[in-house]
Amino acid sequence: MNSNPANEKLIDVVDLSVQRGSNTLIHNVSLSVSRGEIVTLVGPNGSGKSTTIKAILGILKPNSGSVSSLDRLAIGYVPQKLEINWTMPLTVYRFMRLTQKHDDATIAAALATTGVDGLQKREMAALSGGEFQRVLIARAIASKPDLLVLDEPVQGVDFNAELEIYQLIARLREELNCGVLLVSHDLHIVMAETDTVICLNGHVCCSGTPQVVTNSPAFMDLFGARGSEALAVYRHHHDHSHGPDGEVIHHHEH
Amino acid sequence: MLDDFYIRAMLAGVLVAILAAPFGCFVVWRRMAYFGDTMAHSALLGITVALLLDIHVNIGIFVIAVVTALSMVVLQKRSDLSNDTLLGILSHSSLALGLLAVGLMSGNNVDVLSYLFGDVLSVGQQDVIIIAITTLIALALLILIWKPLLASTVNEELAVAEGSKPQHVQLIYLLLLAAVIAVTVRIIGVLLITALLVIPAATARRFATSPEGMALLASVTGVIAVIAGLAASLQWDTAAGPSIAVAALAMFLLSSVLPRR
Repeated sequence: MNSNPANEKLIDVVDLSVQRGSNTLIHNVSLSVSRGEIVTLVGPNGSGKSTTIKAILGILKPNSGSVSSLDRLAIGYVPQKLEINWTMPLTVYRFMRLTQKHDDATIAAALATTGVDGLQKREMAALSGGEFQRVLIARAIASKPDLLVLDEPVQGVDFNAELEIYQLIARLREELNCGVLLVSHDLHIVMAETDTVICLNGHVCCSGTPQVVTNSPAFMDLFGARGSEALAVYRHHHDHSHGPDGEVIHHHEH
Repeated sequence: MLDDFYIRAMLAGVLVAILAAPFGCFVVWRRMAYFGDTMAHSALLGITVALLLDIHVNIGIFVIAVVTALSMVVLQKRSDLSNDTLLGILSHSSLALGLLAVGLMSGNNVDVLSYLFGDVLSVGQQDVIIIAITTLIALALLILIWKPLLASTVNEELAVAEGSKPQHVQLIYLLLLAAVIAVTVRIIGVLLITALLVIPAATARRFATSPEGMALLASVTGVIAVIAGLAASLQWDTAAGPSIAVAALAMFLLSSVLPRR
């Protein structure tokens, strides 16, 4: 690994826009992640969180904007939905080695880090939701990434395990000295560990430290009115409308 | 040895079973049984095209199957219709077009039934050699793309994010599948190819602990089905293609009552 200076910028995303047909999925999204930083994308369903991640990772082609990253940046990715078709006999061990030739010790260490060592011989299709997500994260960290990208990593996981997985992510940031780009619905849980929050609703509504963001008018409109306990199922209150091409139309009423 | 029609049929059938099984595993893993069926149905059109243009039947089937597969891929990206509807349209319209074309060419003495249900007992020496070469090349190429194809089959987005380009290996896979279909039509027929692709793979699933193990086991299952089917066909004078498919089905049913491992 290279010198790993603290706070070096891992990725820099400038004015990223993705369109599908006449729909603007995201519009001029800019963000950056530095080493040791946890950046969390929050926003309602359909606000373009996953789209942003996929455009950054090159899974979707952006229509405009740029993504620049550190030379030879190693990225570990935990996708949002990963269904293993039960018709494929795939053990955890094999899944860990699907694209990379990790040795047994590396695999055991990665699985131990996420608390699921010993599952190597189990079939992926037979894992519980929590085990499955931990294996996914173990796979993402096995190659010692500089940047960990997690798209809703607690889907299908029960509440207690949810909290543990978020604590695990915070710990991984320390252990791997990596940056973390996280998509989450569970705002109330992730806030404590997050350095930078980005509220997305097709565009960046507001961003900053959790303290700054939670006090910003845009955030209050997005989340505040419902109270923190309702955040998991919050409704989105617009302080502005979106034009047909995704452009923001302000109402100036607050 | 190749003089005997029965030996030639067995040899051709066994080779095709070995070849079809690993491709069939990917058909099962990628949930594209109906996709494979659609490519197989287009084979009849390929046969008539080959007869019209006076080219080798296998080449006609291969080309039309590739065209069908590629149009399917394009349609899936462009159309508002769901995949199964698109496949239904393409599958049955290509079959209908093929049947019409064969009918119009009645002067050519084309035996439609032999193409629909296979005619393994008429396999000649040259056919066996073509099947053997196709089997060797297609399996070698599949082994070459095995790892990236498997990764993109498990999860395409993960594969892309980790720097592989799944479109390329998926395209190669489709081309190879078209070649498999081209040499398999003669053995089991246009309508039953999917049986040889899917049933051995499904039979192997319960006993396999790795993707490769499943492919190997599916090959063994397919070979047994072909040998049993052909033997039964000769014994009771039944059509070879359906006999092979029924033998495969019998093994599937038997395997589902056997204990695992």
